Amino acid sequence: MKFGIGQSVHRTEDARLLRGEGRYTDDIVPPRSTRMYVVRSPHAHARIGAIDTAAALASPGVVGILTGADAAEDALGGFPTMVRGTAPGGGESLEPPLPVLALGTARYAGEPVAIVIAETVDEAKTAAELLTIEYEPLPGVPSLADAFAANAPLVWPECPGNLHTRDSFGDKAAVDAAFDGAATVVDLDIVVSRVAVSSMEPRTALGIWDENEGRYELTAGVQSPHMIRGLLANCIFKVPLNRIRVAAHDVGGGFGMKGVPHPELALVLWAARRFGRPVRWVAERSESFLSDCHSRDHLAHCELALDENAKFLALRYRGKANLGPYMTLANMHCAFGNIGHLSGVYTFVAVHAEVETYFTNTVPIGPYRGAGRPEATVVVERLVDKAAMKLGMDPADLRERNLIPADQFPFNTGFVFTYDSGDYPEGLRIAREASDWDGFEQRRIASLRRGKLRGIGMAQVVEIAVGLMDEMGSITIEADGSVTIGTGFHNHGQGQETTMRQLASEFLSVPPEKIRYLPSDTDEQPSGFGSAGSRAAVVGGVLIQTIAEKLIAKAKRVAAVLLEADAEEIEFHDGTFSARRTNRSATLAEVAQLAHQPMRLPEGVEAGLSHKQMIRVDGPTFPNACHVCEVEIDPETGKTEFVSYVVCEDVGKAINPMIVAGQMHGGVAQGLGQVLGEFIAYDEDGQLQTGSFMDYQMPRALDLPNIRTIANNVPSPNNPLGIKGAGESGTVGALPAGLNAVCNALQPLGIEHFDMPATPMRVWKAIRDAGGMARLRAAVDAP
Amino acid sequence: MHAFDYHRASDVTSSLALQRQLGDSRFLAGGQSLLPMMKLRFAQTANIVDLRDCDELCGIAVEYETLRIGAMTRHADVAASKDVREAIPALADLAGWIGDPMVRSRGTMGGSIANADPSACYPSACLALAATINTTGGDIDADDFFLGVFETSLGEGELVTGAEFAIPDAASYQKFRHPASRFALAGVFVARFGEIVRVGVTGAARSGVYRWLEAEEALSRQFSVEALEGIHTPITEMNSDVQADAEYRAHLVDTMTRRAVLDAMTRSRD
Amino acid sequence: MPTLKLTVNGRPVSREVPGQLLLVQLLREELSLTGTHVGCDTTQCGACTVHLNGRPIKSCTTLAMSCEGGEVTTIEGIADGANLHPMQEAFRANHGLQCGYCTPGFVMASIKIVERLGPDFTDEEIREELEGNICRCTGYHNIVKSVRAGARAMAAHGGSAPVRREGEERVVDSTRSMLEQISELDPESNEAHDAASGKAK
Repeated sequence: MKFGIGQSVHRTEDARLLRGEGRYTDDIVPPRSTRMYVVRSPHAHARIGAIDTAAALASPGVVGILTGADAAEDALGGFPTMVRGTAPGGGESLEPPLPVLALGTARYAGEPVAIVIAETVDEAKTAAELLTIEYEPLPGVPSLADAFAANAPLVWPECPGNLHTRDSFGDKAAVDAAFDGAATVVDLDIVVSRVAVSSMEPRTALGIWDENEGRYELTAGVQSPHMIRGLLANCIFKVPLNRIRVAAHDVGGGFGMKGVPHPELALVLWAARRFGRPVRWVAERSESFLSDCHSRDHLAHCELALDENAKFLALRYRGKANLGPYMTLANMHCAFGNIGHLSGVYTFVAVHAEVETYFTNTVPIGPYRGAGRPEATVVVERLVDKAAMKLGMDPADLRERNLIPADQFPFNTGFVFTYDSGDYPEGLRIAREASDWDGFEQRRIASLRRGKLRGIGMAQVVEIAVGLMDEMGSITIEADGSVTIGTGFHNHGQGQETTMRQLASEFLSVPPEKIRYLPSDTDEQPSGFGSAGSRAAVVGGVLIQTIAEKLIAKAKRVAAVLLEADAEEIEFHDGTFSARRTNRSATLAEVAQLAHQPMRLPEGVEAGLSHKQMIRVDGPTFPNACHVCEVEIDPETGKTEFVSYVVCEDVGKAINPMIVAGQMHGGVAQGLGQVLGEFIAYDEDGQLQTGSFMDYQMPRALDLPNIRTIANNVPSPNNPLGIKGAGESGTVGALPAGLNAVCNALQPLGIEHFDMPATPMRVWKAIRDAGGMARLRAAVDAP
Repeated sequence: MHAFDYHRASDVTSSLALQRQLGDSRFLAGGQSLLPMMKLRFAQTANIVDLRDCDELCGIAVEYETLRIGAMTRHADVAASKDVREAIPALADLAGWIGDPMVRSRGTMGGSIANADPSACYPSACLALAATINTTGGDIDADDFFLGVFETSLGEGELVTGAEFAIPDAASYQKFRHPASRFALAGVFVARFGEIVRVGVTGAARSGVYRWLEAEEALSRQFSVEALEGIHTPITEMNSDVQADAEYRAHLVDTMTRRAVLDAMTRSRD
Repeated sequence: MPTLKLTVNGRPVSREVPGQLLLVQLLREELSLTGTHVGCDTTQCGACTVHLNGRPIKSCTTLAMSCEGGEVTTIEGIADGANLHPMQEAFRANHGLQCGYCTPGFVMASIKIVERLGPDFTDEEIREELEGNICRCTGYHNIVKSVRAGARAMAAHGGSAPVRREGEERVVDSTRSMLEQISELDPESNEAHDAASGKAK
């Protein structure tokens, strides 16, 4: 099959995107459209007093202004959390939903306080400048560390110490016992910095109110139209599901951030209803920094216990996670949901984790590629390198010694997860060889001769994919044999438009030009869960296969009529139905044609050839990979350069290896970006200091290395196609591999750990504080 | 952006007259600094006078010991100019490192100088190459031209028409890019004229571009990296932001100066 | 409001526009050429890159009125009907795009990179020349590869004329050799990927 599973076919969607004919939300301009401008709190924490709209309302082009009071009057709700916590003392924890407009109090700089609807953005902005809003600034909590400081101001008076929840995982007694008997213990304090997701297409939304149907229509850059529709219907507007339509056409990157609802999605719809005109909104980049959910932002203290043979015994973790001031759909998921990854790819006797979540006056936290996986994984992988340093072992050898053997799958980690399959030792071997790991010391010396510090870092990682296991899909075969498929997934760069067609082509033996993939629109298909958590390939594979099989069974009954045989005698192969023990056969198109002529069908044979159903896959999958990153640091300036990168990945099975490699490249880049220099910083007043691309270092072509990808696929037993998923793997591995490489470069200076980001200034200061290169020369010259 | 009216005249004289007549107005050269400021509503004006048709402001000419660049000459043209490459290769390098190819297509030397952004590259070259800034009001020594952050000695309605750079025996521009903005975090232009050495520093100081006199003296005594030993940029004069504090900036100025000297020595014309 | 006259993708355009209108606003809002995108507000991301009189520029930082009398080319103007420009084709063949939002800017910038540097240059040079374009999806690996492939294809094609797509009829010989050049460079990492995938398990 030329277009089936395993083929690196070029993407169907590319021609459109390359011609500039993509259909992103802001490209759509319905008649009578207006523009929305969101007036945001300039304070991190402030009581909101009187809002005087008179002058702004009189400004040219203004259609209307709405505030939190109006939202309250219309009884608009807020967006809730998907994961609930337990209060520190037991009972339910305080879980303030994300409001669409602040009422009474603003709790982060950038929180929506009012919206101005006008004919143009410039007019809306000018009107906004005429709006007078009284603020009474309150003491705030500008960072996670400030949240648990003594006498910290409170984000919520009813939440003492800003501590939202405390929870623990694993067997504490077993871990304590293992530490008591350990030959070696290493510990580490680690910062997982806060970053901005920064999809290249900013968040965007277009709201239309259909007065005749009494129905809201949202077109937006979102990853999960159905989930957004459900939340808008149930939580914000409290209307039946079919009174809201959500469509997402081309979306310029999501990375998890566009999977969670943000206030503007509700605001454009609400304003459209209130003012009776379509309302368009697109964030400006500086607005994105102020209002897109930020990500990561954990602090952890962790310890690793090893026995006398350098076998891992136990891992102990005490982590703190920032939530922002409100619950978002997934901030608790990022804090807790993937804590299971603390057990890594290794055999541990026991792992124990205690996690606390805190409220702060910062932009709410949301998921970003990995969503808790990179945060947990960087802890394990840094601990492994630190242990290797303490033991004087090669970090690759130490990993190898502790990897889960290939014959131990499915492997119950004894902590949270049971891994499906993999050959971790083989992955390590391949990556080690491809990166010339064993020849590194020569390269380190060569770099030193040029006055540079060179470092190599390995990370061997595993991550859960397919947390959301349900999905709905449909396939319709028309009278001429052309095929239309629909799923609840959303393509915002991952290539599902192509891979879903490859799957359909595989199972129905239909050439790609006869397959259409439906746009992501809740009117096209009423149910679905969207794209998140590296799930589309796995769930989509099972989904398309299941539906295709149902359709073929149905078609066989029709073919039996055409071929004058019993349905049981009909075989389907390579696009052709044939009757066993005869030379009679019919194409899918011929069968489809008959299926659409009910008059020619005998009683009991159902006409039409379409099927729609929901499925649930058997279990999560565990893509895994071994990453090796090499860096060179200029000690004079502190500038870090990535010089090479190898990733040997196990995605189970690749539907399209070209796309899998692309996902690896992009994932790795996002991990390395955080290592190199992406970070969100607030000042002591909770004002964003890295609020534009002038201050926030988006990695550019010069900042990143060529990335070599090598497959080491072991099919997953948890689904019939053996697919594991590929979306997040790159980031999960690159964050620790990149950081290990930087730390390894600094290690000869006696530096045991260096926290991300490796900005030139931070690296230069670390080198200087360690005594500079002079110290290194002294160490080299020492007998 | 706030609304404004757009105007254009075909030469400098009429552009000046137009600007005088309009009152609240600003000249637009390449727009790569002014327009971003206006888009963010940090700057506004009632009128824009676009200089794009003032052909007499474009061009590059080498005359004896001087290289003259017209104010409206785009960075890309300076970077690609054979004349510049031959006369002052370091200046061609500098122009080729400003922003990115798209910014260099639009951005102009005159705009960069008149704007006096503390992180812009050109002002350091003006100082190090003892440039004479030609304006509609006359000629101004670069030393007297840059007064501070976004501040020059240009009078109301006075327009930069070009700059004459003295051709050095050796020169080098070393720029350490700001990790995010890619402007100069520290940019050092070192130029040697016989035994006289001039050092222009951009991106680093709180007060904008400056000549580092202490380094100049030392390098004029002996043009070598060793001459800089013991000479350090005063930290208290340095700018500070979330990416680079004053201490780091001072260190970068020292480092970029050493590198510029080293590079200039290998590219010396004599 | 003054009347602006210019040529966009070879067609004359005449419009009354306010002075503050940016070129990108003219293209997107007045002319419905929505392939040119806006990804930042500080003139850094390059999603808005178009050609003005043969030069790459950021249309978000150029007044529409400043383009009067000029020739503007956008992403919509470089293909010839069904035939993609060699650089577009190279991005497609090398998986040089994912979400596609930054892509028009990269393609427009890359065409000019090749015109400046010719067909042969190092990865390092491409990366430096791409300083004004930001991509969040691809990690740039396949973009660099696309530009390299696009450069060779443009050279083989004698400049920047469009190319027919694979599988389409009437593929002329010169185009075929160009397509072969592109596929010759088809993602090398993916080959490694395929090779390793094929290993017995």
